[in-house]
Amino acid sequence: MLLSPRFLRSVLKTMATIAVTFIGLLFITFIIGRVMPIDPALSVVGDKASEEIYQAARKAMGLDQPLYIQFFYYISDVFRGDLGTSLLTARPVAEDIIRVFPATLELATIATIFGIIFGVPMGVVAAVNKGRWPDQVVRVLGLFGYSMPVFWLGLIGLLVFYGVLGWVGGPGRLDIFFEDVVPNITGVILIDSLIAGDFEIFGNALSHIILPAAVLGYYSIAYISRMTRSFMLEQLSQEYITTARVKGISEFQVIWRHALGNVMVPLITVIALSYAQLLEGSVLTETVFAWPGLGFYITAGLLSADMNAVLGGTLVVGGVFVGLNLLSDLLYRLVDPRAR
Amino acid sequence: MNALAKSFAVAALAASVALPASIGQSFAATPADTLVVANRIDDIVSLDPAEIFEFAGGDLANNVYDTLVTFDPAKLTDGYKPGLAESWTVSADGKTYTFKMRSGVKFHSGNPVTANDAAFSLQRAVILNKTPSFILTQFGFTADNVKEKIKATDDMTLVMETDKKYATSFVLNCLSATIGSIVDMKTAMEHEADGDMGYEWLKTHSAGSGAYSLRGWKPNENYVLEVNENYWRGAADMKRVFMRHIPESATQRLLLEKGDIDVARNLSPDDIAGISGSGDVKVEEDLRGRIMYFSLNQDIPTLAKPKVQEAFKYLVDYEGMANTFLRGQYTVHQAFLPLTYLGELKDKPYSQNIEKAKALLAEAGEADGFEVKIFVRNAQERLEIAQSLQNIFAKVGIKATLEVGTGKQILGAYRARKHEIYLGAWGPDYPDPHTNADTFAHNPDNAFEAKNTGKLAWRNAWDIPAMTKETEAAVQESDRDTRAEMYRKIQADHQKTSPFVVMLQKIEQTGLRKNVTGFYTGSAVSSVYYWTVKK
Repeated sequence: MLLSPRFLRSVLKTMATIAVTFIGLLFITFIIGRVMPIDPALSVVGDKASEEIYQAARKAMGLDQPLYIQFFYYISDVFRGDLGTSLLTARPVAEDIIRVFPATLELATIATIFGIIFGVPMGVVAAVNKGRWPDQVVRVLGLFGYSMPVFWLGLIGLLVFYGVLGWVGGPGRLDIFFEDVVPNITGVILIDSLIAGDFEIFGNALSHIILPAAVLGYYSIAYISRMTRSFMLEQLSQEYITTARVKGISEFQVIWRHALGNVMVPLITVIALSYAQLLEGSVLTETVFAWPGLGFYITAGLLSADMNAVLGGTLVVGGVFVGLNLLSDLLYRLVDPRAR
Repeated sequence: MNALAKSFAVAALAASVALPASIGQSFAATPADTLVVANRIDDIVSLDPAEIFEFAGGDLANNVYDTLVTFDPAKLTDGYKPGLAESWTVSADGKTYTFKMRSGVKFHSGNPVTANDAAFSLQRAVILNKTPSFILTQFGFTADNVKEKIKATDDMTLVMETDKKYATSFVLNCLSATIGSIVDMKTAMEHEADGDMGYEWLKTHSAGSGAYSLRGWKPNENYVLEVNENYWRGAADMKRVFMRHIPESATQRLLLEKGDIDVARNLSPDDIAGISGSGDVKVEEDLRGRIMYFSLNQDIPTLAKPKVQEAFKYLVDYEGMANTFLRGQYTVHQAFLPLTYLGELKDKPYSQNIEKAKALLAEAGEADGFEVKIFVRNAQERLEIAQSLQNIFAKVGIKATLEVGTGKQILGAYRARKHEIYLGAWGPDYPDPHTNADTFAHNPDNAFEAKNTGKLAWRNAWDIPAMTKETEAAVQESDRDTRAEMYRKIQADHQKTSPFVVMLQKIEQTGLRKNVTGFYTGSAVSSVYYWTVKK
């Protein structure tokens, strides 16, 4: 049944779509990178280099070759699993990404958890109380979330919760003295410290992540609560809700089981998209909190014409989007019998 | 319970799951034998001293490697002192330098430091031919001849032969630069791949004899230095140095005030003002080598008129900028050699005089002004300076538009002579006056095809055969005082006749915890020293 021709065809189709998506993604990023008026060779040799050293660097980087040949070389390296070497860090891009991505993953995941556990209930409450004060409160909170510059919010958060109250750890993923104490297994410090059984480091990492995750999570909360509200309003006006109420089902069940159950499918898409956005890395949050994540890495690469780093990062972001799309497809089937 | 109350109960339950994580956390000051510094270290692209050419990399090398000739951090203006070379002699013809190595010094690996290591290090710097290699190759060394010209005659004697006579101070000053760092030959060669003399390995590791060894480096994150207990000057008080990459000034300030770091190196004027006079922190100032200037492309006829150039010099509000938005970060300086350099020129002949500028423009036939583009990179202080210039220029009818881009975009245009006015900074490469004279006042071939992109005079298409000769003469003058006088004369001429408007010199303001002493940032001639720090 599972290996039916229809199923195989759909798997092949999905894989072909993914391959085309990735190659297209790389091609566009590559072209943008090459037409940008930033000179990667100059990034490496610096302002004061002589023409001779500059030309040698151009040659060593293959920049003297026609564009299509450069792209061909790059793609064939990628297929061999070689993402090239970063100009900025002098290390293989794959190694860099393995180092920076877990930092972003950790932050984005906790931020999204915040987004779900606060955003969904807030959206439901707002929908149920449409036009009354709880709805207004959620609306104002959401509006704040949308419009507050993350940079400012991060700095104020640091000032209050780290500087004045001392409730949370400062910038960075850990106090510097804890750096490299637990073995790096997953790169996610919260998990690695648990694996090593070192609860002091776990606590320290938690105290450092809580604030940036809350700041990022606030944006998720704003987005998810607004979307939940509108999905819920649509469901609450449906006839089956009226029927359920007439049948005497408790209001709690009507709202939290029947209505919310039916908004799960679009809600999963919304959450997946918001999660994917956070996984791209938030440059400003990462800058304020000195959080060495993917966003910071890609931006630094872009500004220095470190195209290997940018392309490598783009692949990961592309992978995240494709992966989360597949995951939300799977989840649809789980939560919605009609999709099976 | 009604639906609303139930809904809130669910939300409250959700909140209670998340909240405990943020409760309670205590923090302590940094340990007494540990120095924690916050700085921007994203300019580090390599840790190989043959390639390091940016500030953060230079700071690291200054503490991990030793050079033959060095400085006393507490008395930088005294000039060079013996380092790994205990003494030296110069032959009568001024071309052969013989260095006697300091005995009993060991690398971090335990290998002894010998003249062979010194010869290897200088040879590899020339052979690898990375950006800073010109500091050595300007003495006539090439990949082909360097093994002949720089060699160890025995374990303790290094002989170096230059292609012609240069001022002794010039040669020795150049050897004190990062590229003169002495690398552990055995360790480097153990990691050699494809004849690279250990380059790939040394890009991310260290093999020196300095006060500290490198324990780890995470690009754009941090590096950690471990004390060298066998350091020839004696082990440093700070047993570990943690460098954290904190890009944001406000974040650095918070960390400093909380005591989570000992030193903050990139505080903005606002944050410096904010911490000044507060209990546990202090601010120290040091004059650095960076010069802020703008220059006029001589390929553009209007900008090539001498009267127009002079008018620009009278337009700038030097004091106004230094006292307002640059608050304490720059001092007014109008000559191309930074203050504290041999041959420094303190004269400041120009101050803002709009009427005079107008008259000069009228004499040049530009009374109605003209349109011009200012090329500037998108860094805050440069943009502020550019906007100040733009406003003042408008007062005499010069309509300036800003071409803003990343450092690399703007530099690309500058190196290709595609700018009109370039506003930027220049930092000396080594602690000798020739470093800036060679770029501001030396242009042996002004042809576009000559591509002397390393020289600012060439980039601005400024043809100066006479001044080029004077600069060449100054670099060969052995008498220190005569040499200093020659540079003063060149600078005085340069102030009057050049298309360069030198405006300001950098003052570095460092925020430190009150208990930190002996943190030298190296002034204009050197880099930061950690081994002198006490707490």
